[in-house]
Amino acid sequence: MYRHKYRLIIPFLFPALALYITFVVYPYGRSMYVAFTKWRGLTVAPKFAGLANFSRMIGDKYFWNALGNNITYLIFIPLCTIALSLFLAFMLSQGARFSQVYRVIFFFPQVMSVISIGVLWSYVYHPTIGMLTSILKFFRLEPLFQLLGFESIPVWMGDPKTALYCIGAVVIWQSAGFYMVLFLAAMQGIPDSYYEAASLDGASRWKMFWKITLPLLWDSVRVASVYSGMAAFNMFALTRVMTNAQQGPNRSTDVLATYLYEKAFQSSRFGYATAIAVSLFLITLTFSMVFLHLTPREKLEYS
Amino acid sequence: MNIQKQRPGFWTIVSNGLLALWALIVMFPMVWVIYSALKTDQEIFFSPWSLPASPQWNNFVRAWSDAHIGKFFLNTMIVIIPAIFFTVMLSAMVSYVLARFPFPGNKLVLYFFMSGMLFPVFLALVPLFFLLNTLRMYGTFQGLVMVYIAFSLPFTVFFLTGFFRTIPSALHEAAIIDGANQYQVFYMIMLPLAKAGLLSMGIFNFLGQWNQYILPLVLLTDSKKYVISQGLAFLALEQKYQNDWSGLFAAIVIVMIPTLLIYILFQSQIQKGLTAGALKG
Repeated sequence: MYRHKYRLIIPFLFPALALYITFVVYPYGRSMYVAFTKWRGLTVAPKFAGLANFSRMIGDKYFWNALGNNITYLIFIPLCTIALSLFLAFMLSQGARFSQVYRVIFFFPQVMSVISIGVLWSYVYHPTIGMLTSILKFFRLEPLFQLLGFESIPVWMGDPKTALYCIGAVVIWQSAGFYMVLFLAAMQGIPDSYYEAASLDGASRWKMFWKITLPLLWDSVRVASVYSGMAAFNMFALTRVMTNAQQGPNRSTDVLATYLYEKAFQSSRFGYATAIAVSLFLITLTFSMVFLHLTPREKLEYS
Repeated sequence: MNIQKQRPGFWTIVSNGLLALWALIVMFPMVWVIYSALKTDQEIFFSPWSLPASPQWNNFVRAWSDAHIGKFFLNTMIVIIPAIFFTVMLSAMVSYVLARFPFPGNKLVLYFFMSGMLFPVFLALVPLFFLLNTLRMYGTFQGLVMVYIAFSLPFTVFFLTGFFRTIPSALHEAAIIDGANQYQVFYMIMLPLAKAGLLSMGIFNFLGQWNQYILPLVLLTDSKKYVISQGLAFLALEQKYQNDWSGLFAAIVIVMIPTLLIYILFQSQIQKGLTAGALKG
């Protein structure tokens, strides 16, 4: 029945392969060359420059600043997102009421356009009309911020101390529901009898979470952490739209992606920008590999 | 699960309270922007919390026509309708071949497509920008459509190949014995059988392409051709619009509506499709 199968295979594969090679594979491959060139304008051709871009990068404080901001995200976004979503999933899986409704609501921000979320939240953080400041004023929480070393309620996106965390909080807000759905699916695989047995033995919910749920979910947690960590390296649209395409006060929200975009499309340093992109890729890859190697694989299985 | 019946009380109250609190935190910004979009600028400035005294539908008219959201909406449709159609069609053809026809290098082609998911899009930007210039497609809708299709292929091919593998081959064989040729089998038997998978990928790519920002930012510079996310960012970034909050809020609501509708209609497929993407590794 598969006679003349190549008459089907070739025309079916060809259009997709042609598009993919032209617009995806070629640009990725080409960037590996561009990263080693000096390329400063639209009309001149790239000139091979060896490792010049990379040695320049080592001395570029803005590169380190941007990388530092990515690392800050890498530490606190996955940690907060995973903890929050695990907690939400555990509560929903333990037979909370309206769990279907909560699922639908919690997941929704994940499908919303990042740009509308960014614009929306920049008004949540707005110092005069924003809801965050109004809520804090309503509960008279100014003294709390004085204790933390601010003069009053900070101006959020306008303050270099808070701007980065304000953007990170939006990422957590947006993606917690997504990871919750992921964990809920995994929790459904845990037999009820485990919880029933623990409950008969008098274990508290807190103990059940640490002794039953978390160990059995460990592999999902690892994958989710890597995924969330990669999102921390891919910060771009939210940063750009929430900081009016600037880099935040004192470049406090600049990340590698916004920095390389600026270098390429505002300063026309195409070679240098691509070298930063290559570093971004290598750093992301290293992070995923190292993380998956260092965290133990769980050997527990339901028997 | 019936544990909570044995131990009602503290845990139930706390967990239901916390879930409701998170629901409030998730919903409130969205509800706030929706009702603020119906207020006047004075109301937004002087009483940010209150409901509109009388709904200002005019804000939406202003956002749609004066702020060109209508134009951006139309541009997006011109780009994503063909892009989604061809993404799904071309991926279905590839996936069908990869799932059904063993040939030397079959696995290699699949991995070749999947490898596209490994790289961050930022790595491709500079070469892509120059490539479209060389092909005289820079700043055109055709160029953006091609790029959207190409970047959507890896995940769509990966997902649909898995899907085609689950369709039993008996029908295929029966049709061939009845004298159908391979093309007829594909269009008349396999595609209808794969409808659920094709629909999932249509929705998935709709969400991804509707929300796409970095590619149009680099590849379309003419503000008349802006797509919706780019247009909304432009409105928010351009200082001129900062005095018209109500118009900007109305624009945000207009951008939210299509995703909200699609999400309400297809929420279970969307949750499955998006989380499948995370577990691919």
